[in-house]
Amino acid sequence: MKRKRNIKLFEPSLVKQAIVQSFIKLNPSYMIKNPVMFTVEIGTAIMVAVTIIGVNKPTNGGTGFVYNLTITILLFLTILFANFAEAIAEERGKAQAESLRKTREETPAKKLQEDGSIEIVSSSSLRKGDKYIAEAGDLIPADGEIIDGLASIDESAITGESAPVIREAGTDKSGVVGGTKVLSDKITVEVSADPGETFLDKMIALVEGANRQKTPNEIALSILLAGFTLVFLLVVVTLEPFGKYAGTSISIAFLISLFVCLIPTTIGGLLSAIGIAGMDRALRANVIAKSGKAVETAGDIDVVLLDKTGTITIGNRKATNFFPVNGYSNEEFIRGTVLSSLADHTPEGKSIIELAEKILPSIFPVNVENAEFINFSAETRMSGVNLQDGTEIRKGAWDSIRKWTSNGDHVADEINSRVLEIAGSGGTPLAVGINKKAIGVVQLEDIIKPGIQERFKRLHKMGVKTVMVTGDNPVTAKFIAMQAGVDDFIAEAKPVDKMNYIIREQKEGKLVAMMGDGTNDAPALAQADVGVAMNSGTQAAKEAANMVDLDNDPTKLLEVIEIGKQLLITRGNVTTFSIVNDVAKYFAIVPALFMVTIPGLNALNIMKLTNPESAILSAVIFNALIILALIPIALRGVKYRPIGATGILIRNLWIYGMGGLIIPFIGIKAIDMIVSLFFR
Amino acid sequence: MNSEILGVLVTLVLMIVLSYPLGKYISKVFKGEKVWTDFLYPVEKFIYKISGINPNKEMDWKENMKALLKLNVFFFIWAFVIFLIQNKIPFWNPAGIGSMEPSLAFNTAVSFISNTNIQHYSGETGLSYFSQLLVVGYMQFVSAATGIAALALIFKGLSQRKAKGLGNFYSLWLRSNTRILLPLAIVVAVILLLNGTPDTFKGPQTIKTVQGDTVTVALGPAAPVVAIKQIGTNGGGFFGPNSAHPFENPNYITNIVECWGILAITMALVFAFGFYLNKKRLGIMIFAVMAIVYLSFTALAVKFEVDGNPLIKEMGIEQTTGSMEGKEVRFGPAASAFWASSTTVTSNGSSNSNHDSQTPLAGGIYIMNMMINSIFGGVGVGFINFFMFLIIAVFIAGLMVGRTPEFLGKKIEAKEVKIAALIILLHPFLILVSTAISAYIASHNPNIGWLTNPSYHGFSEMLYEFTSASANNGSEFTGLNANVPFWNIMDGVIMLIGRFLPIIGPVAIAGSLAEKKYIPESEGTLRLDSYAFGIVLLAVIIVISALSFFPALAVGPIAEHFSIL
Repeated sequence: MKRKRNIKLFEPSLVKQAIVQSFIKLNPSYMIKNPVMFTVEIGTAIMVAVTIIGVNKPTNGGTGFVYNLTITILLFLTILFANFAEAIAEERGKAQAESLRKTREETPAKKLQEDGSIEIVSSSSLRKGDKYIAEAGDLIPADGEIIDGLASIDESAITGESAPVIREAGTDKSGVVGGTKVLSDKITVEVSADPGETFLDKMIALVEGANRQKTPNEIALSILLAGFTLVFLLVVVTLEPFGKYAGTSISIAFLISLFVCLIPTTIGGLLSAIGIAGMDRALRANVIAKSGKAVETAGDIDVVLLDKTGTITIGNRKATNFFPVNGYSNEEFIRGTVLSSLADHTPEGKSIIELAEKILPSIFPVNVENAEFINFSAETRMSGVNLQDGTEIRKGAWDSIRKWTSNGDHVADEINSRVLEIAGSGGTPLAVGINKKAIGVVQLEDIIKPGIQERFKRLHKMGVKTVMVTGDNPVTAKFIAMQAGVDDFIAEAKPVDKMNYIIREQKEGKLVAMMGDGTNDAPALAQADVGVAMNSGTQAAKEAANMVDLDNDPTKLLEVIEIGKQLLITRGNVTTFSIVNDVAKYFAIVPALFMVTIPGLNALNIMKLTNPESAILSAVIFNALIILALIPIALRGVKYRPIGATGILIRNLWIYGMGGLIIPFIGIKAIDMIVSLFFR
Repeated sequence: MNSEILGVLVTLVLMIVLSYPLGKYISKVFKGEKVWTDFLYPVEKFIYKISGINPNKEMDWKENMKALLKLNVFFFIWAFVIFLIQNKIPFWNPAGIGSMEPSLAFNTAVSFISNTNIQHYSGETGLSYFSQLLVVGYMQFVSAATGIAALALIFKGLSQRKAKGLGNFYSLWLRSNTRILLPLAIVVAVILLLNGTPDTFKGPQTIKTVQGDTVTVALGPAAPVVAIKQIGTNGGGFFGPNSAHPFENPNYITNIVECWGILAITMALVFAFGFYLNKKRLGIMIFAVMAIVYLSFTALAVKFEVDGNPLIKEMGIEQTTGSMEGKEVRFGPAASAFWASSTTVTSNGSSNSNHDSQTPLAGGIYIMNMMINSIFGGVGVGFINFFMFLIIAVFIAGLMVGRTPEFLGKKIEAKEVKIAALIILLHPFLILVSTAISAYIASHNPNIGWLTNPSYHGFSEMLYEFTSASANNGSEFTGLNANVPFWNIMDGVIMLIGRFLPIIGPVAIAGSLAEKKYIPESEGTLRLDSYAFGIVLLAVIIVISALSFFPALAVGPIAEHFSIL
């Protein structure tokens, strides 16, 4: 059972913090990073001056002291709302990260000295390169890589998964994480990062404002928004002389209100919140991204390389059938097979025993007293057992067993046909022989993960090509690839094959993602546009990747891609919404400005707003409230649906395009009905 | 009335049907493929040789833009000097026309090199035949070819894959002249000649009218100048009244031909885009988007004019022929409004009626046409402007579907968005700031004498003038007395900026895209030739233009419209 780490959208404690932050963020040197909202701040400052100067002056051009003050406060609220959006996103991200960081409180560490002695130190004093010992019952004091030994570890504090995992030196699963617990055995670990510089620390820094770097698409969008802001600055500044020419004097309060309503404050105010929320969603999926760019790039991925084992199929191959030959009975064959597998600790070997226990429990317990176990050797490519009575049993690939046995050709034919049949259906045949006589074939099969086909279909709809990487021979690989619905496969894959495949796809202009854990995956992880390393993986793999998955879940890539897409979609749709809103605002404000001097223009007042003051006030209020209203969308993100690019566009045009066109008409009208009670 | 509408529809069908094969032909000319005009090659080769140009040298975007500017500086000096000294040239000046005042010469020189052809003078009295042919006529070819060649550079840039070269501007420019403009101009000139447009070096003739008055009738080598004026979206008329003058546009047939000429190349270039990049569907989609805007705006303008003026209706006067103020009886309101809309969507600017006299909203539509300035638009430059909107639309739509935006397999990133946003911003900047300055001056100096109309219409006149200058259109609300240094110089500067930055910026984008890696399409790629993207494109164009200009239009044409209801 996964630990729930969902924080409520507006968790009260976070909201409090965020409100404080929204005031701190008013500092102009911080605001200037967001040009759209910075211009609102300048407008507010001007309005403060206008209000103060106008305290004792009579009503000028329809806007008196109370009105100016109201506009000033509303503009101030607009900025605060935008700051709040950013602050709440940051707070949520931080809270998320903190809940992970909590796992690594101060713990005593058994630091290994140069001379081999052990000194008990505080975990925070451990530095990169230090070595420590962890034994059963110890908490791991710092992230690192096992350099000696093997241990079972409870990682539930990080992953929420309660089943213990094995971590072993020199394997692809040699990474340990601070805060997890050693359940058995003893390991020596080398610390991989100074305190405060772990991947998690880096991610927290990414979420916090100061170090957050804008992603490429975010920069491009900011430029576009700055462009819009400039256009509307022009519109408003030139409107003053236009009005003069038409005999209308437009008050500063009206001009600034018009400006703030027209510039894209909605997206301008929510832009950074959307970016932070994207990182936060990644973190909630237990993925640590090393940069915001990596999350964004994930949305553009064209090709995904997936390891067969663990991703497409469940764990390892399993025995699924026994096929005796040469007239041997089922029982004789199974007993022989079980005897040959007792010393075989590979997953395949274990699965044979499991299957036998299920089919023929009566043969257990088997007697193996004084038996001599033959381990698998590269030379004979067989394993097996020599029993006390001199019986020799061997198990292995058919071609090696065939060399060892001396059956007649008719047996060979029988086995041959069985072997071909099994291989052709994606299984792996394993032949067994007793005393140089073949007795049957065990069928080993890959079990395709339930639901994986649907996920691949989804990826296919996104335009992502899936590639299965496996050590299997091409025949088996092809069968499994077909069954799982992947687009391509790399059979008999060596690490260098992955690398070459990635480079080849990248040459064609495609973006490639892969997941890996081993040291020999590191170059490919670095080469891939998005490389996700498993947290249990080696340090080299984690360094090379641009994301680390705390759950060690090989299907995580698919989630990461959707998070990336969601990020762009949310930005795009809020932008569209924000800009289309202006249509209604024009219809509210422009007739209001000229209602007195050019009565004819009242024909454009299609919302029938009460009077100029309340019309403009309503537009400003709507403009501020819509930022608040869209915060949930910014934080949760617009849902990605695998309905093809055109399908998504049509859907979002309806919701955010048409919605953006219509909603402000309704909203402004409704607000006007209330406001006009006060400003008659 | 029905036959008038029929006349408009016939012209429209003629335009659209002919532009498809013409587009195919232009695409071949751009690519240097075999075409029937290859017999002109020896002439071109001779020109390359005497000017020392290697037409096959691939140049990157900067080199190409240097070439473009070099040529245009030369054109400017040529035009400016000739206008200043035209009375010193001993031949081709039978009427003894004097030289131009410097600010007018500056304005006119800029106007003709920038394919704007705003005319603050009247052809009959302002230009010698020498100037008419070797400056005005010549510039109408070379400025049009400049725009077409610039677009060809962009096509090349979009088709490149990780390469810098955008082709050779000199060669594209020369071939645009010889292969595209010249043949079409000859066809139109011959039709005009056959219908009575003069083509002579004889000076003005004095005739006695039936009433017994003596009238001086201006003549001159008009047919070729009028032909290229229409074909090259120039609009610089031989005579003051432009195509309302019976010698420039003698009858309904020539009116149809000239009106076709306004859109012939610029429509064909949209199809040429599809042919050149082998994206015919996308070409057709873009054509459809442009056509929707063009046809609906035109239909509205025609309707306003055919309906007539509400003030006259109020006086109880029957307007069965629609609003006829400022129109030629031989064309009528429908063909006049159709022409006016066509000449303003493109940056042609020729006219067969007085735009100033049309109903307020029709006038507003013409201003709006020039504000958008990318619906077909000027030859070459219209599509270049549209290309900027395409970039923005692709960017927004790309984000909306959750993928880094791509245009024809090239990523649209910060650099491209920055240039596109600045270029789109430039047009409102030029129009609004200059109109604000003139509105300020006009409201503080009521007796300055610029405006023949007070109030909102006077505002529209100023707005129209600067919009026309910035859009390089050249048509005018003739109510404005613009031949004064303020307008000559302001207009001149605006035309210069409004011409060259919107060429250089997009070519720079094309240069940047050319060098990028090509990304093949996948299921996740937004299909640009889909209806959905067409809607985004349409919305981006309309919304950006409307948002930038709505207040200005509200104070001008919209206020006027509601005031006379």
